[in-house]
Amino acid sequence: MELYVPILVLAVLAAGFAVFSVAIAPITGPRRWNRAKLDAYECGIEPTPQPVGGGRFPLKYMITAMLFIVFDIEIIFLYPWAVAFDQLGVFGLVEMVLFIVTVLVAYAYVWRRKGLDWD
Amino acid sequence: MNLMLAPVPAGPSLADFGKDPLWISIIKAVFIFVFLLLSVMFGVWMERKLISRMQNRYGPNRAGKFGLLQSVADAVKMGLKEDLLPRTVDKVLYTVAPIILVVPAFMAFSIIPFGPMVSMFGVETPLQLTDLPVAVLFVLAMASIGVYGIVLMGWSSRSPYAVLGGLRSSAQVVSYEIAMGLSFVGVFLFAGTLSTSEIVAAQADGGTWEIAGLSIPLPSWYVVLLIPSFLIYAITMLGETNRVPFDLPEGEGELVGGYQTEYSSSLKFALIQMGEYVNVFTVSAVSITLFFGGWRAPWPISMWDGANVGWWPMLWFFIKLVLVFSCFIWVRASLPRIRYDQLMAFGWKVLIPLNLAWIMLVATVRAFRVEDANRGVIFTLAAIVLIGCFGIWFRFDTVLQRRRENRAAEVEAEFEQLRDEPEAGGFPVPPLDLPHYHGADRKEVPSGSN
Repeated sequence: MELYVPILVLAVLAAGFAVFSVAIAPITGPRRWNRAKLDAYECGIEPTPQPVGGGRFPLKYMITAMLFIVFDIEIIFLYPWAVAFDQLGVFGLVEMVLFIVTVLVAYAYVWRRKGLDWD
Repeated sequence: MNLMLAPVPAGPSLADFGKDPLWISIIKAVFIFVFLLLSVMFGVWMERKLISRMQNRYGPNRAGKFGLLQSVADAVKMGLKEDLLPRTVDKVLYTVAPIILVVPAFMAFSIIPFGPMVSMFGVETPLQLTDLPVAVLFVLAMASIGVYGIVLMGWSSRSPYAVLGGLRSSAQVVSYEIAMGLSFVGVFLFAGTLSTSEIVAAQADGGTWEIAGLSIPLPSWYVVLLIPSFLIYAITMLGETNRVPFDLPEGEGELVGGYQTEYSSSLKFALIQMGEYVNVFTVSAVSITLFFGGWRAPWPISMWDGANVGWWPMLWFFIKLVLVFSCFIWVRASLPRIRYDQLMAFGWKVLIPLNLAWIMLVATVRAFRVEDANRGVIFTLAAIVLIGCFGIWFRFDTVLQRRRENRAAEVEAEFEQLRDEPEAGGFPVPPLDLPHYHGADRKEVPSGSN
């Protein structure tokens, strides 16, 4: 656990700096009220703010996030395998070939169903 | 004759960490913090200066000698600007999001090795804040938390540009994070560890090659041994930090400023910029640690006995960092921004399969070298996989060929039909060979002259 203490020290330093910057920003600057300044910036046209709660966004981004989770977990399996590879030897190699073939089946399916296409 | 005179001193390993008293940790943490603040200031100046020289301009040259104080002037100016809080924003998240972006960016630097063991105020300690058995995973985790900052910034602004910019940026960063994570696997296969100090130690000595009485040192840096891994990492470095040519989240032609649109030029905006620069330095430092031998001196200098001991390695590390950062600027000056669908297609359809294929190739070669007895099994396996790949490729190619032929035949048939009866397409199309009526007093006019 001692290994993580220095990280916490750095995190406290960084967080202190960040919070300090955000906190003093309203104090150091001037304050001149202007209605137009408080509108969302949309190149001068009437602003169309998103509804509270986020509103709609293209489904494409959610599919990308889902695919990210799938592949990120694959990476999590690859790391310990890579670290212990010299001890596992041929057994590890065969197992990983089988695992990657399984993942590639899913990958080919997603590709075929146009899950990786943007338009 | 021996070209590598100095014996390679062993660097610190995982066992050397976790023994510092707290005040040493605080000194190191403050050093890293100040180092990052100064490198962001220097980095902004260097980027502007270098890119100006590449474009035949002078760049900043008013504030201080060579314009070196330009970043200080910018920071002071941003501090004196009004801190706007637009009416539409979600006030809490809008304020917290820049902090969420910046803090992990700083934290990721805590496992970067700056040098070997040194004596600091009488305490023998490695020049590295800390090291973990899962150090590289920690960097990836911090990068992932940084994405929250981007998403929340866009989402809490509740303006279309910011929302789109935040979504785009997060999708891009997570896509390139997969390719980035996969490009590390080759390094772990060779080093057999995730700890950064041990990865640096594993790149210390590549062995020698005896030929004609000469013993030539073999390259030990993974950038030479694993060139494809490094090239993929270099591309994902740009994608991960939203830099040119992958700076679509800030594509000002279409999205104004992306997720930071609603952050007017106050200290919050300065904080966001700082977080982005710190991320650039983090990925550069990771590339140095994993592929360029970390703090170890490059070959001609490494022949000197004192090159890899004491405080000198910090200098080699800084030089390498400046060189890698210069490459970021060079790329920015050279390449145009790419299209978003190309960006995603490149990340998912090119980088990931390439990465997996390269990992399997490295693993096969590695297994071949480690296990002498089972070479027959490895050969059989490789043959099966290769035949399988060829079979899949052949099948796909046949299907593709057939589809292409069918499509050509369809187009041909449609063309035939339209030539015979032009109205068949649903539109009143005049036949292609209809004589054109140009008016009674037709005069030939050369094009381009009204």
